[in-house]
Amino acid sequence: MKALSIYPASENALTVCLGDKMDAAINDRVFILFQYLQRHPNPFWKDLIPAYCTLTIVYDVDSIRKHHPSACAWLRNEVERALYECEENETLPVRKLHIPVCYDSEFGLDLKSLAKTNKLSVDQVIELHTQQTYRVYMLGFLPGFAYMGIVNNKISAPRLSAPRKHVPAGSVGIAGNQTGIYPLDSPGGWNIIGRTPLQLFTPMISVNTDHGSDKNSEGTPVLLQPGDEVTFFPITKEAFDSFDVQNFNLLST
Amino acid sequence: MSIEVIKAGIADSVQDEGRFGFQHLGINPNGAMDLNAMKIANALVGNKLNQAVIEMSFPASVFRFTKATIMALSGADFSAKLNGKNIPLNQPVRVASGSELKFTKVMSGAWCYLAVQGGFEIEGWLGSKSTNTKAKAGGYEGRFLKKGDVLSFNRETDCTETRVFPWRANVLQYYMPWSVKTKNMKALPSQTFRCIQGNEFDWLTKKSKQDFLKQPVAISRQSDRMGYRLTGTPMKQTKRQELLSTGVSFGTVQLLPNGELIALMADHQTTGGYPRMAHIIAADRSRLVQCRPNERVSFSFVSVQEAEDLLLIQERSLRQLQEACKFKLREIEP
Repeated sequence: MKALSIYPASENALTVCLGDKMDAAINDRVFILFQYLQRHPNPFWKDLIPAYCTLTIVYDVDSIRKHHPSACAWLRNEVERALYECEENETLPVRKLHIPVCYDSEFGLDLKSLAKTNKLSVDQVIELHTQQTYRVYMLGFLPGFAYMGIVNNKISAPRLSAPRKHVPAGSVGIAGNQTGIYPLDSPGGWNIIGRTPLQLFTPMISVNTDHGSDKNSEGTPVLLQPGDEVTFFPITKEAFDSFDVQNFNLLST
Repeated sequence: MSIEVIKAGIADSVQDEGRFGFQHLGINPNGAMDLNAMKIANALVGNKLNQAVIEMSFPASVFRFTKATIMALSGADFSAKLNGKNIPLNQPVRVASGSELKFTKVMSGAWCYLAVQGGFEIEGWLGSKSTNTKAKAGGYEGRFLKKGDVLSFNRETDCTETRVFPWRANVLQYYMPWSVKTKNMKALPSQTFRCIQGNEFDWLTKKSKQDFLKQPVAISRQSDRMGYRLTGTPMKQTKRQELLSTGVSFGTVQLLPNGELIALMADHQTTGGYPRMAHIIAADRSRLVQCRPNERVSFSFVSVQEAEDLLLIQERSLRQLQEACKFKLREIEP
């Protein structure tokens, strides 16, 4: 695998750039590198941040400099080797998740206006939103906020010109060709089209340890992970109100 | 064995070095704004450097010690008074039970740190005791301190009278633009902050590039733990280009659509989609976060190697301070 560029993002962070657009094939390569580095952990790096077409590695300068004259140069070498080796590596199976969304007007605050602007009926918007399989390109903005794509052009919509002060947790939104779910109550500018009864962020689920903790997908407080494949299915207001989160099987078969 | 908040400050929170290993899930690191001051306060009371401390901005909380301890303050000078008497920064203080600690006015700086010997009894979240106010997790109930909060100490100390210990940490080097090359403490004017050039710096026009390195900018009142807004001559790009979100760091200086700059701080989001002009180096970050609104700052570029070297000098000094303090404390109470 070849990087377009590798550049410093601080004296303790290095970014590997693998492309320049929102594209599944490019994001695949980010994910392959991310998985490879996760499976070959190094005590010197503190964080791996995958994004649309970049992976940023945050590292511990002090510890690396005990062994090497330049932390940045050493890490660059490590990354180049990982880029070379990760292609040979078998990738883990992608998780496929099935997420219920209630598109009721009570929750879908911008559903009507989005339908109108795109010259569609509300039902058509719901159909187009649920038809597609989305990929979790990256997480960011809030704990557990997954940027998913690529949304059908027919229902894409720019961010609201004036962001809302309060978007409730579970709200499903569209911004450009991306779709996402607010994991927490938060200000936000995405077009809200529905709400999921699932909890995307559960802070207290994880086991506390004094030195880092479980970095695998199990036991983390976040539902959606980089690389996941997601589909949405519509549920009624009644089903939303009585939804049994505990016994719901998220992984679609 | 505790300290009680008898009057709340505006934004006091429990912080340590930060939470790492979860940024791929959108969980940001948090941690102390002035990491050096946090570590200095810990070193002074004989703690490990990453022990959780209370971070305060002004107006700060008023505290009552319901048990004796050894405490130290570092960072901003808010004119601290213990039982009505001035107490110094960067010096350990033995505190008797029942003592009241308050902060009366801003002399300098923006963030002050309180460490107690043995640290506070705080449950960690994802490997850190830092407060994440957005996630409402970590620190003290995932929020700023409020009246009536009681923070227990991990260790008990016996003492009946308050006393300031007769030694002080020399903190000047953490707040001066020390140069590796000339071994000079004040190689740069004090308002200059050294940066690593950002990946999109070349998107600026020639004039804006010059401005970035020559024209000082002012720290806006719209500044907090997430970021410091910087106002000055608006920066211009040669052409509008879209940038996809990428991982960002504490110290990253982004260019906003209106031409203003923002320097990302401890509560920054994990990723950002604004062009990155620069990354303020760790060795200059304590000095930057302690700047108050309207203070003017300017930037200069250094190499990554120099940034690493400067960081290492600070880390080494902190470890030396830690060892010296341990030795001194043992002398007093074997």
